[in-house]
This record gives sequence, C-alpha cells and structure tokens, in this order.
Amino acid sequence: MIDTEALVEQFGLTACIQCGKCTGGCPVSPKSALNPRALVYQMLRGEGFELVSREELWDCTTCSTCGLRCPKGVKAVDLIIGLRGQWIESGKIPTTLRAPLTATLNQGNPLVLPREDRSLWADGLNVKNVAEGADVAMFVCCENAYDPRVQPMPRALVNLLRAAQVDFGTLGLEEQCCGSEIRRLGESGLYEYLRDDNLDKFRQAGIQKMVTTSPHCMNVFKNEYAGAGFTVEHYTQMLARLIAEGKIKFSKRMETVVTYQDPCFLGKQNGIYDEPRAVLKSIPGVKFVDMDRSRERSVCCEGGGGRMWLEGTNNKVRLANDRVAQALETGAKVLATACPFCFLTLSDAVIATGHENDLRVMDILQIANEAL
Amino acid sequence: MPSSALVIGGGIAGIQAALDIADAGFHVFLVEKEPSIGGRMSQLDKTFPTLDCSACILTPKMVDVSRHPDIELLTYSEVIDVKRNGSSFRAIVRKKPRYVDITKCTGCGSCAEACRLRGRIADTFNAGMGKRAAIYVPFPQAVPLKYTVDPTKCVFVTRGVCGKTQVCKEACKAEAIDFSQKEELVEVEAAAIVAATGFDPFNAALKPELGYGVYPNVITSLQFERLSSASGPTAGKILLNGKEPEEIAFVQCVGSRDETTGNLYCSRVCCMVTAKHAHLAKEKIHHAKVTVFYADVRAFGKGFEEFYDRVRAEGVRYQRGYVSEIYQRGDKLVVRAEDTLIGKPTETSADMVVLGIGLVPRPETNQVAGLLGLENSSDGFLAEAHPKMRPVDTAVDGVYLAGCVQGPKDIPDTVAHAKAAAAATIVRLRQQTTDHRLQRTDVRVLTT
Ligand code: SF4
Ligand code: SF4
Repeated sequence: MIDTEALVEQFGLTACIQCGKCTGGCPVSPKSALNPRALVYQMLRGEGFELVSREELWDCTTCSTCGLRCPKGVKAVDLIIGLRGQWIESGKIPTTLRAPLTATLNQGNPLVLPREDRSLWADGLNVKNVAEGADVAMFVCCENAYDPRVQPMPRALVNLLRAAQVDFGTLGLEEQCCGSEIRRLGESGLYEYLRDDNLDKFRQAGIQKMVTTSPHCMNVFKNEYAGAGFTVEHYTQMLARLIAEGKIKFSKRMETVVTYQDPCFLGKQNGIYDEPRAVLKSIPGVKFVDMDRSRERSVCCEGGGGRMWLEGTNNKVRLANDRVAQALETGAKVLATACPFCFLTLSDAVIATGHENDLRVMDILQIANEAL
Repeated sequence: MPSSALVIGGGIAGIQAALDIADAGFHVFLVEKEPSIGGRMSQLDKTFPTLDCSACILTPKMVDVSRHPDIELLTYSEVIDVKRNGSSFRAIVRKKPRYVDITKCTGCGSCAEACRLRGRIADTFNAGMGKRAAIYVPFPQAVPLKYTVDPTKCVFVTRGVCGKTQVCKEACKAEAIDFSQKEELVEVEAAAIVAATGFDPFNAALKPELGYGVYPNVITSLQFERLSSASGPTAGKILLNGKEPEEIAFVQCVGSRDETTGNLYCSRVCCMVTAKHAHLAKEKIHHAKVTVFYADVRAFGKGFEEFYDRVRAEGVRYQRGYVSEIYQRGDKLVVRAEDTLIGKPTETSADMVVLGIGLVPRPETNQVAGLLGLENSSDGFLAEAHPKMRPVDTAVDGVYLAGCVQGPKDIPDTVAHAKAAAAATIVRLRQQTTDHRLQRTDVRVLTT
C-alpha cells in the first residue's frame, strides 16, 4: 500500500480543486485509464492506494501539460513519477524497462549498446574533445549517438557549427545519458547518480556553454541539474541566433511546404516556440505552415517519459499517427521536428499510416544542413 | 476650506458616489478619462439576475450627473498630479483635446458619416466587434453626447493632412470641429477624493490553450454582451459571420483563480455573467445546445441561486470540469475537458465558445495609487484601510475607494460600495464645514 499522506505533502496536493484541467489537457487520457486529476484525488482520499493493476501509470509521456495548465500549481506529472518510483522500489520493474535501466547504469545509455561505441556517430568527422578547450560543448543525446536513424542529426550539427565557425567539442566517450527519462521512469537513484557523475565530468572538462541535440537533455540540464554552473541551449536556439547574426547562410533552396511538431520538452515546457520556426522560415524556398494544434496547443508524440521503451496500455491509438494526419491536412510535404524522440515516433507513424510517399519527417538539423 | 470632492472615474461607482455627495449639498468634480461617462456598465446588455436592461438603469443616472448643479463633469480628462494642501488636496487635471468644441457640437454625427475612415476602426466600445469612424461618440447614450476625434487614428492628427479637404469639417454645420485645440491643464481643490477607476477585463490571449485570437468564434463574455445588446454590432442577434451558432460552449474562470496568470482570486461576477449569457443564448436561439464548463458555481447573491436553477431548467447543460484546450475539427471547434463527475475526458463540438473572463486591475490603478499615496493589496487592486471595518477608507486620510478599484464586484455591490464611499466623503466634508450646524431635535416625553 502507498503512503498517500507522504505524497500529498511531498507534491502539495491539498492545493488541488479537482477542476480537471489536467486530465482535460492530458494527451493520453482519452486513450488510457490515466487520469491525473483522479490520481490526485485518490491521494487526498488516502484510503489505501495500490499500485497493482495501475499499469496506466506507465502511459504518461511526462509532456507536463497537466502541471503547466493547473490553476493551482499542482504538478500531477510529478506525482505520477513519484508513484512510478514506488513501483520501481518495490522491485516489480516492467520487463521492457529492465534492460534499458541496467544498460544506462553499466553502459551509460538506455539503448543497451556499449559505452565504447558512443562516438561512432562522429566517425570521420574529427570532432575534438571539449576538454582540449572549446567555447561550446555539444551534448549528443543517447538516441542520436547510437540509433542510426537519428545519427545524421549530430553530424548535421557538426557541419552547421563548423560553417558558422563555432569553436566546439564533445565529451567523447565520457558522454553518457543525461538521466532525463530515467528520472521520469521513477528511477531516482540512478538519475541522481548520472546527474552527479555528469556534473563532475562537465566540471572537469571546464564546460561553460553547452548545446544539445535533444530538448530532453537541454531541459534536464537547465531545469533539474541544480547548480549546473554552465549555460545550456537547444540547438534551435543557437541556430536561430547564428542565422540572425548572418553567421550561417543558406545557399540551396528547398522548394517545399514544411510544418512543425513542437517537442513538448522544447515548446510547452521551455517556451521555445519561435526559434525553431525562425530557422525553418529562414531557409530559402521553404513555405512554412503551422498545424491547427501547435505551440501551446501542440500534441505530444508519445515518445517522452520513457515511452520509447514502453508500449503503453493502448497501442491501437497512437498520437503520432493523428499527428501525421494533421500534418498532411496542412498540405505539408515535410513534417519537421527538433527532437530525436519525436523524429522516431513520427517516422514510425508515417510508415504505419502508409504515407511514406506523401510526408517526409525531418529534423530541423537535417533541413538546415541540406540547405547549406 | 473647500467643500468639494474629487471623484476619479465615471463608471457606475463614480457616478453613484458623485450623485450622493452632490445630493448632500457638496460640490463634486467628476473626472473621466474616456469621452463619455458610463464605464463598463454601459457596455453590458442585461444585468443578472433580474435581467434589467443595463442601459435603462444606467442612462438616467448619467443624465442626472450631467444635469446636477453641484457636479462639474470633466470628461476626456485625467488627473496627473495631486498635492496635499493642509487637510485638502490640489489636483491637476489634463483635459485632452477632443478637436471638437463641445459648446457647439450638437451630436448630429454628420462628421462621422463623412470621415474617410468611417467603418474602418475597431470599435472599442463594442469590444472590437464592429467598426466606427475616427471621429465618434462611443455609444448613442453618451454623456456628454459630443463627438471626439480619436487622435491615434485620425489621419489629420497623425499625419497633418487628410485628403484635399477636411471632409469632417465641411460636414459639420455647427462648425464645431477645431483641430487647433490644445490640451489644457486645470487645477481643482478638494477636501476629499474618491478613487473609482474600475477594472479591466482579463486579456484572454494570456490563456493560449483556449485559442482566443486564433479562432474568430472564440469570444469573450464582454464581446457576448455586445452581440446580445440591441445597440451592439448585430442589433442584439447572436451571430458570428452572419450565422447563428447551434452549439455554444461557455467557459468559466478564464483568468481567475489561476496561478498561471497570477490572478489567485475569484472574480465574483463571472459565474452569474455566464448563467445570464447561457439564458440569453437559449432565449435567442431556442434550439441551441448550450453547455457551461465550470468547476464550482458561485451563486451567492440575492436571487442568484434561483437564477442558476432557472437557467438549468431552461435546458442549459452544466458540465463540471475546466476546459483545457480548444482546437478545430472541420468547421467546428472542439472543446476538450474532463467531465470530472464521471471521470472521463470529453470532446464537445461548438460553433461558438464564450470565455468567462475575470476582472483585473487596470494599468492605471498603480498610477492612481502613486498619485494618491495608496497601497495595493496582494491581488493588485487597491487596499482598503481595514478589510472588515473600513471597507472604503484608505491609508490616506480623505481618500476613499469606490467599486472595482478595490476588488471585483457586481453592480449591486459596486453601487453599495460607492454609496459607502460617498457617506464617508460626506462625513469628512461635514466635519470640515464649521460655518453652520443643523437644527437638532430633542426627545419629547408623551406620557405623564
Ligand atoms: S488541474 Fe490542478 S487543481 Fe485541477 S484537478 Fe488537476 S491537479 Fe487538481
Ligand atoms: S505529463 Fe502529460 S501524459 Fe503525463 S499525465 Fe500529465 S498531461 Fe498526461
């Protein structure tokens, strides 16, 4: 049984007025038994809450819409992460999570691939190590480092930063998982280990400024690594600035209609809506159109919060499939995004819905790099 | 010692305070920054819960103000400086140029008909719905019923020329238009000041999930007032783009009770405003499907709960749960919420969504506070001297608050508050008036 009183106190749940704004905005609540408002109420009622048969807790994508819209400052998402934590503590870890969690501890990545292979994405690029001295540290998300489908993104960023004559380096084999999704899976012990270890490494390498390929890494460094001592940007912020300063110039045209999926960790959670759009609009030939549901009203791709390793209780309905349909409605030929998770979920959705020939999913990094 | 009072703000609070003080025999300067007195109440259609027409109960009071021998009305004017002078105050008032001589203007409107920008300027009185000219009266019952040139829009004011000839000037038979007018500073002396500067409606664009400013059929409750008003842009018909909505959703608590906007307080009026609007929607479009999304209905005033009962009996559906998002599907809006009573997320289609916007302090509130040395409460409205025992007094002797400048109020509470501020003002003026005493009566013993 869960100590509901402790959770009520820890997450300030007495503030809740049961208005339902959280569940009303939760992207997965229509397809799952997940109901953040009801969870808060069950904690407040306190009459014995059991985790058994509450599989829907693993459906949460940690998009954070619930907490961001709550009129009373309650973060239902944090409660969900807390409940997952108790689940993990009880030792009944969902089977598909075991390997990613163990690999993150041992190999520094949840993709269950060897630590020594971390820099394979950069083969032949001769990227220097930030410890040799560099203005900017480029932090590559585990997905971008290991998954061949998204390895072109960091390569593109290398190209773009070189074009803009930015002095940068990576952590090489010292780089490891940022811990963002680990924390959101409730594995707080592992997260804290990663955070402390990373902070040590960042300090040793003398990192002052960082740019990340994923909004998830950017978010955890910026908002959750207490006392980080360095500034961090997502690459869309840096590119938008370099373009505005005239340091990146595009020579190729891209005659096509582009729409954009706001990654929750970039848009909703960090208010970065304009920079990605500015980059896209600066590319010659691009006709940019927004989907009806965009910016603050954007819809999660279902890739966050560990959902890359968890199918969820209902995989018949996939938000990424809806998103593809909405992108097609705009007349776009390219669905751009700025997050490796979004890229992967949306790419799968394009295939699942049979639209490989109508819509191309691209990371903004790829688009910008192609236009150089 | 002057036996005058200065009332700042000519909405229903300032109007009521001015009338009561003047009726007690004291002189009142009533300063209003807009071209007409009337304030927010003049924009309303019906008032809850009795459904009296707002203009019908307000207009006579506006006329009373204009006719009162002891009220000096300074419209289109702003108080820009206040200095204490012993136990009284000296205030400097800036009279903005109307570019219309109000002693000559007959209010006929020929100028507005002739104006080159006729029908081109968003009508603020109609909450942005409908268009007017660059020379205008805000509404037909304006007091004074005199035209004013909008200096931010008029081509002649902004650019120095307007076509070959000044068509408004030519059209005015009374020769009232005078672009040589300059602003004028005047000083008034008063022994008491009543601050009655009111509120602003919450800016719904600050809740981006609700799509205000994105979808033309997402409107505010103030815009609904104008649509519903016989003097509004649709002559009282509930129409958007010329079409009657069949499904209407009302959204409660927009910008109130909400940490994300910083407005922690309940705005007190929106529940009943929405109930009234739901009633009007049903009355005007019988077959309409009307849904109100709420979290708690606060129907605390006289006749309010009964009105809430009536509206539900008329077929308005109340669904418990805040609206979390509005988006489009086909030619309909979709209202996403959770029906918290059954614990299920819902999508409700709508042709029109009306946002029940809260009341917030006007930006000028802090200016007024600065001029008068007043303090804000934590909600940004002005602080009374004691929350229970001194509801109209302030920390500054001789300065009183009336109406929504102190916090959100409905019309009856505003009028009561204004009357209390007037009473406090009269007490002060009376205490300072030493040159005559009223005749007192004594107890006469009747039994022997
Ligand atoms: S939005 Fe906040 S106050 Fe409303 S039900 Fe959810 S947690 Fe409670
Ligand atoms: S974080 Fe997102 S998915 Fe999780 S409960 Fe909140 S709104 Fe739902």
